Amino acid sequence: MYRYDEFDQAFVAERVTQFRDQVARRLAGELNEEQFKPLRLQNGVYLQLHAYMLRVAIPYGTLSAHQMRKLAHIARTYDKGYGHFTTRQNIQFNWPRLDDVPAILEELAEVEMHAIQTSGNCIRNVTADHFAGVAADEAADPRPYAEILRQWSSLHPEFLFLPRKFKIAVTGAAHDRAAIQFHDIGYEVKRNEAGELGFAVYIGGGQGRTPMVAKKIRDFLPEEDLLAYSEAILRVYNLHGRRDNKYKARIKILVFETGADVLKEEIEAEFTKIRASALRLPADEIRRIEAYFAPPAYAIALPGEAALAAARQADPGFDRWVASNVTGHRAAGHSIVTISLKPIGAPPGDATADQMDAVADIAARYSHDEIRVSHEQNLVLPHVATADLRSVFDALVTAGLATANAGLITDIIACPGLDYCALATARSIPVAQRISERFAETARQADIGDVKIKISGCINACGHHHAGHIGILGLEKKGEEVYQITLGGSGDETASIGDIVGRGFASDDIVDAVETIVDTYLERREGADESFLAAYRRLGATPFKKALYGAA
Amino acid sequence: MANETARLWKDGGFRPNPWQDWPEDGALEPLDPGTDALVPLERFVADPDVFLARKGRLGVRVAAGEDVAVLAEHLENIALIALEFPSFADGRNYSAARLLRERLGYDGEIRAVGDVLSDQIALMRRCGIDAFLVTHGPTRAALQGGRIPEVRHYYQPVSGPEIEIPAGSRPWARQPAA
Repeated sequence: MYRYDEFDQAFVAERVTQFRDQVARRLAGELNEEQFKPLRLQNGVYLQLHAYMLRVAIPYGTLSAHQMRKLAHIARTYDKGYGHFTTRQNIQFNWPRLDDVPAILEELAEVEMHAIQTSGNCIRNVTADHFAGVAADEAADPRPYAEILRQWSSLHPEFLFLPRKFKIAVTGAAHDRAAIQFHDIGYEVKRNEAGELGFAVYIGGGQGRTPMVAKKIRDFLPEEDLLAYSEAILRVYNLHGRRDNKYKARIKILVFETGADVLKEEIEAEFTKIRASALRLPADEIRRIEAYFAPPAYAIALPGEAALAAARQADPGFDRWVASNVTGHRAAGHSIVTISLKPIGAPPGDATADQMDAVADIAARYSHDEIRVSHEQNLVLPHVATADLRSVFDALVTAGLATANAGLITDIIACPGLDYCALATARSIPVAQRISERFAETARQADIGDVKIKISGCINACGHHHAGHIGILGLEKKGEEVYQITLGGSGDETASIGDIVGRGFASDDIVDAVETIVDTYLERREGADESFLAAYRRLGATPFKKALYGAA
Repeated sequence: MANETARLWKDGGFRPNPWQDWPEDGALEPLDPGTDALVPLERFVADPDVFLARKGRLGVRVAAGEDVAVLAEHLENIALIALEFPSFADGRNYSAARLLRERLGYDGEIRAVGDVLSDQIALMRRCGIDAFLVTHGPTRAALQGGRIPEVRHYYQPVSGPEIEIPAGSRPWARQPAA
């Protein structure tokens, strides 16, 4: 894992001091809310429906057991005893007092964390594949590049007042688990024919009210040019992105209105002028940062497969959990464990302080001290010896964290919705809870297989419904909550935006509608091997429409 | 107009502002030929010779979104470039300032004009802005009182007015010299 040096530590400490002064000025009335707003936003403090909310950055979703314990401590001391892990690999605390925030930031700085640029019209927390460094299908670990981007984007003097927020994601594998084609910039680490490292570059992806899949503007950008190219993209966007309408201000609209080819030319022209500068990354410096992310010293030739098979046979509950929540690891005798934060009938992504402490303890004992946060709002233990899976499962059962549904239909992404958010037009968490209760039966979930349901409580699409295999958008019509369904969206390397299937459903009917869609899939699939998404892409919307709305 | 002139912050203090805005076309009283005139970019570019021939110094006023590259051939005759910030949230002229300093090599005064928050002053300086004519009262008070908040460890190599030196082995990290 990356560790702060004295420079990084001093940077964060100075930022905390600065914000402490700003909060004091606000509380003393020297700053009004309008003047305070941009300052608090760039430090992760939102004003929500009921209270301030603090969003803490978890860069590229990687954290240590020690850091997780600090998050638990903050939840317990300054909040109501829980936190909410987000689709951008961050954590949100929903009830902090404003005058406590400087103390919280100081505590975070003690464990090399901060809340800088988790909000505001600036470059946000850089995200990455949550299986980075351990996935079997990876060209290279994307996190060293994400860390370099994190540093470069931190308080960048030119890019803190962009037309709109700006999100960068990096994946190191051709199978995209980081949804890079739904980001303002998506970097895919790859090797060229000569075996050199570099990036495919995508720009202009995004969701919100105008969903767009990103355009690829470079098939191969040399590794050393990562910052110069990023700066070129940001400069072109800062100068030319629309500022007359916040809903048309993301770079996706600039790409769409200018044309990807024309914009690419502008970016390349700018890049050519700044390429040979201090932004060029020396290889030894990249390797120095990469060394922080070197895999831990795995024990060699651990036995485990035979014992695991026996344990699975003996306990169907453990067997189902292994089937859904354990993923193959690049190191022999090891596994990746996904800890579902989607227990049946509970808000997606929430964890109590005690659960965070439990995860920290399990990670310290069984996962070389490391934890990941996935954009699917789950946690990941990246380095578990296969022989320890049973012990990890038992510890997770004790903590109430052993839900066996990773990647299944009850592993739902939902935004906070009308229960928390000032922008929402409908509730999303209760819908997620009811769907999860309807499909709670584990054998049925296993039969249905890989289905991603994503729920947003308004057209801003924080619940990523456009990228859901089944997307649900909550709207308000004549004082009633109405839920519109989209089908066939996907956030992976075959990125697509879901098709609106027809008129919306009342809150009382939405769960039945989802069940109708799933039953239609089960009837029409060519076999258990054909996933929901594959079946939808083969069949099109017609059979689903027919099932939902009748023949007419 | 004492208040107006007292608002210009430069070289560590509030200074008199000798510059006068170029009047709109058809104004009854044109500027005296010896006056330092601040001319809108569009007006200047339409007829540069008129302004270059004047006795007084030439300044150019750049609205957010205007392209400063069109000034390239005239920069040695321009004593002041005033970059407008119509709202603190409009960051376009941060890029313009860097382009003027780093790409076009402009070494005259670059002045931020408009709605600037005290927490933006340090960022603007790093982009090459070295004078401030700000409308925001608390920002003027912060300048006066020497309360300009800043994080003095930087992750970006830029060429602002202050000398910065590389920090450690990262080529992109900077800190103030001494």
